[in-house]
Amino acid sequence: MSDTAHPAGGGAHGADPSRRDFLTLTAAALGAVGLGSVAWPFIDSMNPAKDTLALSTTEVDLSPVAVGQRVTVVWRGKPVFIDHRPPEEIKKAEEVDLGELRDPQKDSDRVKKAEWLVVVGVCTHLGCIPLGQKDTDDRGPFGGWFCPCHGSIYDTSGRIRQGPAPANLAVPPYAFGSDTTIKIG
Amino acid sequence: MRKFALALAGAAALTVGAAQAADEPSLPKVTWPNDGVFGTFDRASLQRGFQIYKEVCSNCHALQHLHYRDLGPGGPGGGIGFTDEEVKALAEQAQVTDGPNDQGEMFQRPGRPYDPIARPFPNEQAARAANNGALPPDLSLITKAREGGARYVFALLQGYTDPPPDMKMGTGMNYNLYFPGHQIAMPQPLSDGQVTFSDGTPNTLTQEAYDIAAFLTWAAEPTLEVRHRMGTKVFLFLLVLTGLFYVVKRKVWAEVH
Amino acid sequence: MAAAPAKQKSKLVGWIDHRLPIFSFMEHELNEYPTPRNLNYWWNYGSLAGIMLVIMIASGIFLAMAYTPHKDMAFDSVERIMRDVNYGWLLRYIHMNGASMFFVVTYIHIFRGLYFGSYKEPRELLWIIGVVILLTMMATAFMGYVLPWGQMSYWGATVITNLFSAIPLVGDWIVTLLWGGFTVDNPTLNRFFSLHYLLPFVIVGIVVLHLIALHQHGSNNPLGIDRKGPQDSIPFHPYYTVKDLFGLCVFLLVYAAFVFYAPNLLGDPANYIPANPLQTPAEIVPEWYFLPFYAILRSVPNILFIPAKLAGVLAMFGAIGVLFILPWLDRSRVRSATFRPLYKWFFWVLVLDCLVLGYVGANRPEGMFLVLGRIATLWYFFHFLILVPLLGVFERPRPLPTSISSAVLKGAAAPAMEK
Repeated sequence: MSDTAHPAGGGAHGADPSRRDFLTLTAAALGAVGLGSVAWPFIDSMNPAKDTLALSTTEVDLSPVAVGQRVTVVWRGKPVFIDHRPPEEIKKAEEVDLGELRDPQKDSDRVKKAEWLVVVGVCTHLGCIPLGQKDTDDRGPFGGWFCPCHGSIYDTSGRIRQGPAPANLAVPPYAFGSDTTIKIG
Repeated sequence: MRKFALALAGAAALTVGAAQAADEPSLPKVTWPNDGVFGTFDRASLQRGFQIYKEVCSNCHALQHLHYRDLGPGGPGGGIGFTDEEVKALAEQAQVTDGPNDQGEMFQRPGRPYDPIARPFPNEQAARAANNGALPPDLSLITKAREGGARYVFALLQGYTDPPPDMKMGTGMNYNLYFPGHQIAMPQPLSDGQVTFSDGTPNTLTQEAYDIAAFLTWAAEPTLEVRHRMGTKVFLFLLVLTGLFYVVKRKVWAEVH
Repeated sequence: MAAAPAKQKSKLVGWIDHRLPIFSFMEHELNEYPTPRNLNYWWNYGSLAGIMLVIMIASGIFLAMAYTPHKDMAFDSVERIMRDVNYGWLLRYIHMNGASMFFVVTYIHIFRGLYFGSYKEPRELLWIIGVVILLTMMATAFMGYVLPWGQMSYWGATVITNLFSAIPLVGDWIVTLLWGGFTVDNPTLNRFFSLHYLLPFVIVGIVVLHLIALHQHGSNNPLGIDRKGPQDSIPFHPYYTVKDLFGLCVFLLVYAAFVFYAPNLLGDPANYIPANPLQTPAEIVPEWYFLPFYAILRSVPNILFIPAKLAGVLAMFGAIGVLFILPWLDRSRVRSATFRPLYKWFFWVLVLDCLVLGYVGANRPEGMFLVLGRIATLWYFFHFLILVPLLGVFERPRPLPTSISSAVLKGAAAPAMEK
């Protein structure tokens, strides 16, 4: 801003250039803060609403799940497989040579507690839901899951072993609340 | 989309595209009267196809975008040649849940022409439970929702054979030449003599497959005939208009050139 | 001068024009607007794009009256439009194929600009505004494709919105913000409908800027030389109005062929299957007009410390980004490729390159397609970032004609007309 454009006022009105610049700057800055504050509700309205958030986590009580039993829970509209693995299944999963895996991952990197495997039950090939949650299901030669759509076979760590799927069953974010409850999401 | 890309990329691309299609055999060359620029439906064929749907397909497959009224003269594109009375009688064969009534309860009543065509299962879970985990797809858009359209339906229904000896089939699965991956949950639905046509048409498997494919093409787009007819008019109009503007353009530009 | 014809017409027109000069404005910009006398048919595509915009907005407004933007009802409401709404099938096929036609004419319009150097001084801003229009069109088309809520709508939206997760630090936050949830879901469909309705009017606004910039210096022309005097120009009306109308008729014949005889040829059959979040289709392929960009996205490997996903996204946006700086990359003073013996050839190589990218984009990035895609992607950037600047320095252009009218009279414009 140019001071020369204004009449050189003196006296009590105090046309001190530096003070006027300061005032202008303060006003402009405060205005910007105001604009930003008004913008935020608009932007934030696009974020997940409360009803959506209410469904974003799923708490599961694991105490009724016996060793060797598998249960399916729904999390964000997707099935999540929870497998209470018996020791021999854990052993089988841990002994696998990483070299023979298509998507190499250690079993210990896929679980928080070795006896509980938690994976998203959606085949990484074309999104079908693999079989193996029931004792009577065909679990395939690796004792994990078998996808009936195109024959992808997963092991007891949910890792892809045979068939067209490119990747292991995804591990959702979860945390143990206590020894027998987990919170997924 | 693939077709368009092929057309663009030209001959070099075509050789590559051919190598890709390897697994499934190419679909049989067959045409329907509704194909082509002036194509119209063969109403007798559509009615035979509807009969097949009613007697066979409807046990598992819904036609969820269709109502009984669509089959009659008031339907989109003028229906498949049923009269209003026939449509009414057809609708009344179905029981429809309506309500709630004055007592606040749902009740059953005979279907009316404006009702959607009755579905075999109330929901997806029921359909899967009754079909060994497989979901019979809705058929009202099937010829638009599959690569190959009516020809694919025609081929699939005749594509059941014994699996090759080295192929391991899943339990309850059937081998089909044209199904992607060749393992289909649906057992062979149609065979020679499966349906007795009221108009005396020979009921071979080929005829049945042909008629149901024709009917499903209609079901997917009942306005197809209307579209073709309007297309002819629009084209004639545009050709004349184009010619006129060409002459006007030549005349206007004569002095500049 | 401009107000003179208005005065002749009627007192009312004169009265209005004196207060609101729309009549003299139209007279000036549409009727007597001086235009180079040698424009060829490649100059038709700008007005065609404008007409497509109007057709899309008109058909879209009426479709919106029957459409329901809810995940449980969207697919069925589109089928209701196709079956029960009077002429609904016509409106939808006009809109659906109109998107493809809009991109066809826009791409030709852009390549016309590339060939004849329409982006050069003093039309740099005109060109940049055009690229902004292209970007806005792409966003609009993408969101429109989601609305029928078919399988390809859903999974296309999933793949494309997930691209933003490649942005470091804030990526996931942005994706959640875009979705309004934790997957593509009803909130996503709702906001896409809102924006899909809004953006075309934004495009109208940018098109007005495009036209203001165009009329500032007038159209470029096939010779790429400036107009020297009135003998080089003719009034827009009736010469180019009638030429544009003739071109429009020919274009409408092609458009009508798609609408009436092959309305689903350019679409994907999977989009006639209702969206199913639990089942991914065998192949997720965008509409044809995005294929070259999709190919670039999937061609890029890890580059140094940049992961492939981020690198791909950067390359994809970079493919449009280079167009913004093209006016400064091209140092050649000659506009038209007619007089640039080398550039002319590399232009056609670029066209071929884009077609190859489109073809690669329709296929899985495996084996030969991966190699081809990488070569074509490299060539695309090589063309703009290295070839074009170098040609500007080392190429020896052919001598330019002294004026448009002399070239026209001598028939020297003939080679340009062929193009």
